[in-house]
Amino acid sequence: MKTDIILCGVGGQGILSIATIIGEAAMNENLYIKQAEVHGMSQRGGDVQSNLRISSEPIASDLIAKGGADVIISMEPMEALRYLPFLKKEGWIITSATPFVNIPNYPDMEVIKGDLQKLPNVISIDIEQMAKDNGVPRSANVILLGAAQKALGIEYTKLEEAIRRVFGRKGEAIVEANIKALALGREAQK
Amino acid sequence: MEKKLLLGDEAIALGALHAGLSGVYAYPGTPSTEITEFIQGNALAKERGVHSRWSTNEKTAMEAALGMSFMGKRAMVCMKHVGLNVCADPFVNSGMTGVNGGVVVLVADDPSMHSSQDEQDSRFYGKFAMIPTFEPSNQQEAYDMMAQAFDYSEQQKLPVLMRVTTRMAHSRAVVEVKSEAKQENELNYNAIAANWVLLPANARKRNDVVTAQQAQLEQDAAESPYNQYAEGTDKSLGILASGIGYNYTMECFPDGCPYPILKISQYPLPKKLVRRLLSECEQVLIVEEGQPFIEDMVRGVSDSQNIHGKLDGTLPRTGELNPDIVKKALGMETGQCFDPCADVAPRPPALCQGCGHRDVYAALNEVLKEYDNPRVFGDIGCYTLGFLPPFRAIHSCVDMGASITMAKGAADAGQWPAVAIIGDSTFTHSGMTGLLDAINENANITVIISDNLTTGMTGGQDSAGTNKFEAICHGLGLSDEHLKVVVPLPKNMPEITQIIRDEINYKGTSVIIPRRECMQTLQRHLKQKKAQEGKK
Repeated sequence: MKTDIILCGVGGQGILSIATIIGEAAMNENLYIKQAEVHGMSQRGGDVQSNLRISSEPIASDLIAKGGADVIISMEPMEALRYLPFLKKEGWIITSATPFVNIPNYPDMEVIKGDLQKLPNVISIDIEQMAKDNGVPRSANVILLGAAQKALGIEYTKLEEAIRRVFGRKGEAIVEANIKALALGREAQK
Repeated sequence: MEKKLLLGDEAIALGALHAGLSGVYAYPGTPSTEITEFIQGNALAKERGVHSRWSTNEKTAMEAALGMSFMGKRAMVCMKHVGLNVCADPFVNSGMTGVNGGVVVLVADDPSMHSSQDEQDSRFYGKFAMIPTFEPSNQQEAYDMMAQAFDYSEQQKLPVLMRVTTRMAHSRAVVEVKSEAKQENELNYNAIAANWVLLPANARKRNDVVTAQQAQLEQDAAESPYNQYAEGTDKSLGILASGIGYNYTMECFPDGCPYPILKISQYPLPKKLVRRLLSECEQVLIVEEGQPFIEDMVRGVSDSQNIHGKLDGTLPRTGELNPDIVKKALGMETGQCFDPCADVAPRPPALCQGCGHRDVYAALNEVLKEYDNPRVFGDIGCYTLGFLPPFRAIHSCVDMGASITMAKGAADAGQWPAVAIIGDSTFTHSGMTGLLDAINENANITVIISDNLTTGMTGGQDSAGTNKFEAICHGLGLSDEHLKVVVPLPKNMPEITQIIRDEINYKGTSVIIPRRECMQTLQRHLKQKKAQEGKK
């Protein structure tokens, strides 16, 4: 088993919590993990990404080579496209449909949509709206994780267990909100 | 043994604690910050009372660590690469004094300058100061090496420089860690004054001792378990790979490397092992993260056509390595991939919405429009982003503290208005001495200490001067009349602009302190407050 994942978005959108859940699930399965994060200056509203690699065999590089990622999980549609050269030709993009516009020259959203539609395997979900509509406004990122579950090659129940362990300290309400968000993501992907 | 998912920085921190650390001394700096933060939050460290409070700068940190070592205990100093410049004086001289309790100087380099001003490679400092240097290639090694580094430091009576780079510091992996920590050293009085008092007569003796010791250090490196020569069947090429360059190399050979490969993670460079690689292989490729430190030594003046790396263009001369770059250097094809998407716009970092620095720049720009050729000397922190649109407000940013001293030099040259803008933490780090120079000559500059009550850029660590800035400025001799404090909010714009205007027009040194909490720490504090109220 080997899955190379690029997690991306804009600084502050919560991509590292997605990474934490996947990492927790993978570690519990005794898989090898490498996860390169970005800290520091770029976290201030700039583009951020994390390379997450999980495998049943030892992993050498902390970074994923071009054309090597099985899946891009993106909290923002234009950011999903930024890492396109890293995606395998048959790889999946699972992205939020909601643009995060904090730059004056953000492209026309129709152009971004068109670029995404040209690709073979894209799941685009309005996670922000879905999170609000379903009473889990702070778990949009976990909806995205639920939608990515199949592409990740990690069993659904393993992700659920990981959520319980990661959020356990924060109380049952937060755990349940995230479990619900995960299920919403799974449904949306179908 | 137990397994933990740890950042390289966290593996280093835990490794140090398990090696019986008594104190960590550091100033925050990407990518090294998380080492000290981990120790600050660690239960064992709390129970033992391991020192972990932030130091004012890297020099005070290094010196305090030497003091702890002098008394026989184990101390670690952590910093980013440019921090080593700040503490170069005590660092280099610590090679002369040697140590009593073990000292590890952990320096995190930032090739590609993700969050830095230059790409300097700290291994040069290790060689320069004649101090043994370790360079782990993965998180497990980083953890394991800490125990070894402290033992080796005490065995050789020298500090050990441990060098990591961004991808090592900020990448997580599963690390097997010990379940028990070594006891801390007892306080002792074994430090010999003649070694520690660097009078010329003493220092000359120490210089001879440490110089003579170098042969032993190199022999130890040749026998180190971290430096390994792996046989290969195809000797048309040999690979020398150091630190995380080794990982990128191995990534290219999922089914095993056919070429002999020499992995280097401990210095001085073991020449014996390098000579073997050179004599056994027709060509040699040197893969190292950072500057061509090893390559330059191996190549020497021979300029051999059979040695490849950064100096002959096989690998890029600047920037960090990655698997694609190494693949190309090995003459391998990169995988099939999509072209970059032309519609993607760059998204540079920016000051947070609601950040007080924004209001400071808005006011400053408003006032400076009234003058011909104003110059604003910036400094290091979030507010360096004031260079970018929409503010385009600063004309320089060189190193910690340079805003004040450069403004003074510019004023000495006849420039007016000369404005310095510096953050609170940067001011106590390296700005106070420069302000003393300015006040002593009543230099015609306006200094803005933009105080957000934290060390913001690195994630909101305590700032050494909080609540003391007025007292510090007074203490340095600034008169009350030209020390102004404002609250940077849009509603206060008329007051702030008038104060800036008045102080620019005053022919002498003045300090304006706009003070409002960082948005990041404010949100964190509100969350904590809410959580506490919830518990009640």
